[in-house]
Amino acid sequence: MDFSLDKKHEMARSLFKEFAETEVAPLAQEVDETEQFPMETVKKMQKYGFMGIPVPKEYGGQGCDPLTYTMCVEELSKVCGTTGVIVSAHTSLCVDPILTYGTEEQKQKYVTALASGEKIGAFGLTEPGAGTDAQGCQTKAVLDGDEWVLNGSKCFITNGKVGDIYIVIAVTSVTEDKRGRKKKNFSAFIVEKGTPGFTFGTKEKKMGIRGSSTYELIFEDCRIPKDNLLGPEGKGFPIAMHTLDGGRIGIAAQALGIAEGALDKTIAYVKERKQFGRAIAAQQNTQFVLADLATKVEAAKLLVYKAAMAKATQKVYSVEAAQAKLFAAEVAMEVTTKCVQLHGGYGYIREYDVERMMRDAKITEIYEGTSEVQRMVISGALLK
Amino acid sequence: MKIVVCVKQVPDTKGGVKFNADGTLDRSAMLAIMNPDDKAGLEAALRLKDEYGAEVTVVTMGLPKAEEVLREAFAMGADKGILVTDRVLGGADTWATSTTLAGAIRNLDYDLIITGRQAIDGDTAQVGPQISEHLDLPVISYAQNIKIDGDSVVVERQYEDRYHVLKAKMPCLVTALSELNEPRYMTPGGIFDAFEKEVTVWGRADLKDVDDANLGLKGSPTKIAKASDKVKKGAGEKVNLDAQESVAYLIGKFKEKHII
Repeated sequence: MDFSLDKKHEMARSLFKEFAETEVAPLAQEVDETEQFPMETVKKMQKYGFMGIPVPKEYGGQGCDPLTYTMCVEELSKVCGTTGVIVSAHTSLCVDPILTYGTEEQKQKYVTALASGEKIGAFGLTEPGAGTDAQGCQTKAVLDGDEWVLNGSKCFITNGKVGDIYIVIAVTSVTEDKRGRKKKNFSAFIVEKGTPGFTFGTKEKKMGIRGSSTYELIFEDCRIPKDNLLGPEGKGFPIAMHTLDGGRIGIAAQALGIAEGALDKTIAYVKERKQFGRAIAAQQNTQFVLADLATKVEAAKLLVYKAAMAKATQKVYSVEAAQAKLFAAEVAMEVTTKCVQLHGGYGYIREYDVERMMRDAKITEIYEGTSEVQRMVISGALLK
Repeated sequence: MKIVVCVKQVPDTKGGVKFNADGTLDRSAMLAIMNPDDKAGLEAALRLKDEYGAEVTVVTMGLPKAEEVLREAFAMGADKGILVTDRVLGGADTWATSTTLAGAIRNLDYDLIITGRQAIDGDTAQVGPQISEHLDLPVISYAQNIKIDGDSVVVERQYEDRYHVLKAKMPCLVTALSELNEPRYMTPGGIFDAFEKEVTVWGRADLKDVDDANLGLKGSPTKIAKASDKVKKGAGEKVNLDAQESVAYLIGKFKEKHII
């Protein structure tokens, strides 16, 4: 077992790191402060192929593996959690399901545009009354001739409004089991921005990842072509769950990056900050806290990379993804909180990056399955 | 059109310069990067390739590890890479280096050779012009802009307070300044492809029309008598700017000097 990266991946990491430090870091504070989606950065990422890293070249992608993509989200998130999740939601939640479940026509039409960077992707599952309990979804799709008619709404959608292509999960039938209990059957759809009847609701004002564009999607008699059904009818739930397995690796990488970024900033700070006549790095408390944080970050990294490798080599990687996301998200929250503490009063001031990182970290414990959901996935596999 | 670009792997001075006890550079303690002027030269070649169509061959001389800069060049878009490496070529000064590189380039077809102005480890700015002498080619140094006009290159040569526009018939050699352009990033897919490509490795035996007396340490007329830290600073440059402009100016200078 070799834990070192090969030269190819090392070079990819150095690319992402250089890009993040040069192009992303200088804007991170402003993006947070103004809640502006960093479109110029996204355009640069599109130009250099960052929006299609794990996609085969035949569909306009870079032909790299999930580990390379994971490192990209990680390095971007080290300096800006917002930029990390833009790539993650686009790649894992929109490109990946079309690549996995789409017809050849759908792949040619949508994946090529998304991976080459012409279009931005998003994914809509969550609804006001349905988060962890996906059965609570109300959005419906009814087949009418050659078109599906969508009605309902989706909330908290990352890349909302800036996205061009949306994967939308909707109820297409309700069946009864043997005991007479009603069960909703879902299907997945590809919906293009600009389709009549598809509009956006309010923009969410968030605690963290404030530059990420989070919107409500509204469907009112929105008619989409029959061919935009993704995968078989009635298989929307497993498609959504499998998509989220991949998405969790992206979010785990985002959490890992945020934790690493906060740790890097704090290591630099404690060497400079003097109290009682010496740098606070000389205090044993500082040293021990940092040692614990660095150890947890390293453990998170191993889980995240292991999940990325599992995605490359295994058909099912739900547990690996859940473990990586659960652990990395909780580590990110702990690391950023303690890094703020080591910064003292300055850590509470927006001028210091750790303040933003602590706010950005929190969402990683919530979206694409809360930490509680990850525990359900992991324990479910243990006790089946 | 065929373009040859010479690049050098140098220690990155970004994180500070580390010295051995004898005053020489401690290369093992510093990260290795593609020399910034050379990278600008490569970018210039790639832009000519994008605009006019060209085959870009990158040549480097160094330790086997210098293969890394060729992979980087591939990932940016270079077509071929040649690593010139041999124990007998070690310890070369600018004369022996230019002799070696010229010996390698004699094996190649080319219309244009681009080198960086100078490397950040040696700062001599001699190798490019020396190669042109060995190959009996016209040279235009300090290029801040390169264009093609028929069978000639038109180059803006930077001068202290102005620039000269020079035209030279190809084949010729141009030395590039890092101010010439903003080099492109590699792409992730480009990196993956770069490791599938083959680097051509040449040794002493592959060099054409060179004399052993002009190679390696033995063939180097320059001897370093002593190396020491720089202590004296120049008078500096006075600027009169407001706070905001000063910050932008300083950041620009730091980047230019490769400090950040």
